[in-house]
Amino acid sequence: MSDTEFEIVADSPWSGGGSPFAVKSIKFGMWLFIISDSITFSVLLISYAWVRLANPDWPRPFPFSPAILNASFLTLILLSSSLTMVMGVNAAHKGERSKTVKYLIATSILGAAFVILHLGEWFRLFNEGVTPWSNPWNVPLFGGTFFGITGLHMLHVTIGVLYLWIMAFGYGRGKFNADHVEVSGLYWHFVDLVWMFVFPMLYLMSVSLKG
Amino acid sequence: MSAHGAVTVDDGHEVGTTKLFLWVWFWLLLLTAIEVLLAYFQLHPYLMLTILIGLSLIKSALILSYFMHLRFERLSLFLILIPAMVFCICMMLIMFFPDSVRLMQMRTH
Repeated sequence: MSDTEFEIVADSPWSGGGSPFAVKSIKFGMWLFIISDSITFSVLLISYAWVRLANPDWPRPFPFSPAILNASFLTLILLSSSLTMVMGVNAAHKGERSKTVKYLIATSILGAAFVILHLGEWFRLFNEGVTPWSNPWNVPLFGGTFFGITGLHMLHVTIGVLYLWIMAFGYGRGKFNADHVEVSGLYWHFVDLVWMFVFPMLYLMSVSLKG
Repeated sequence: MSAHGAVTVDDGHEVGTTKLFLWVWFWLLLLTAIEVLLAYFQLHPYLMLTILIGLSLIKSALILSYFMHLRFERLSLFLILIPAMVFCICMMLIMFFPDSVRLMQMRTH
């Protein structure tokens, strides 16, 4: 459907055959994916909250430095990558091709930095004997929930980084248009949004109060 | 330029201004800082989780409305997506709710 045809159909939303939502199907498809994926994360986080509150002896292994500082820095990285992403989408809609590619690459570099720093955090925990199936405090559910939820989120970030690289090169070579960039942006902001729940629930509920 | 910090560009899309996005980014960082600070007040885990989720819901509303552009879309898109998601999550909470109340009453500290 060309852009003008799309506008005509969007003018008569509920009269049949048209799009009542005034978005292209690629964007609507991404929205439906985001809604279903957010329900996946909700299940995990609700179950985690239940076992966390059910267990009065839940471990609090995260000291302010390095764990909480590191995780706060990760939040800053993801929020800033959302900012560069949204600037990239704006540039794409204005038709500024090279600027868009630069913003997309900046976003994916920030995403890659997130994955690397988060993996560093994981290996630090492995060295302390905290693994997905056992830990020094005999609360195996801690590792199960922590590595399960952060792992699924990290998988989303990794896929997002690859997605953004493909978009940056494809858009730069004229293979994709501004709508494709906008849809990749929706995915990226969703990954950021999930971290807004993962960070407080997994890290801040388990800060070490001993300093 | 319309009143809520958005402009319409050549291809007909309404996009937010750089200033608007910087403000949203700043508020998201501020709310995160408040959350980190709260973690060091020795609140009861129930209260703590409630406050943290409340703040996170505000943050996700900011991301959804401005970064994900939902505020500038037609209302029908919001209505078809968000209430359905909230409904599904509430349906799952039904499974947890009775047992959670029992847990709260059993727990001594």
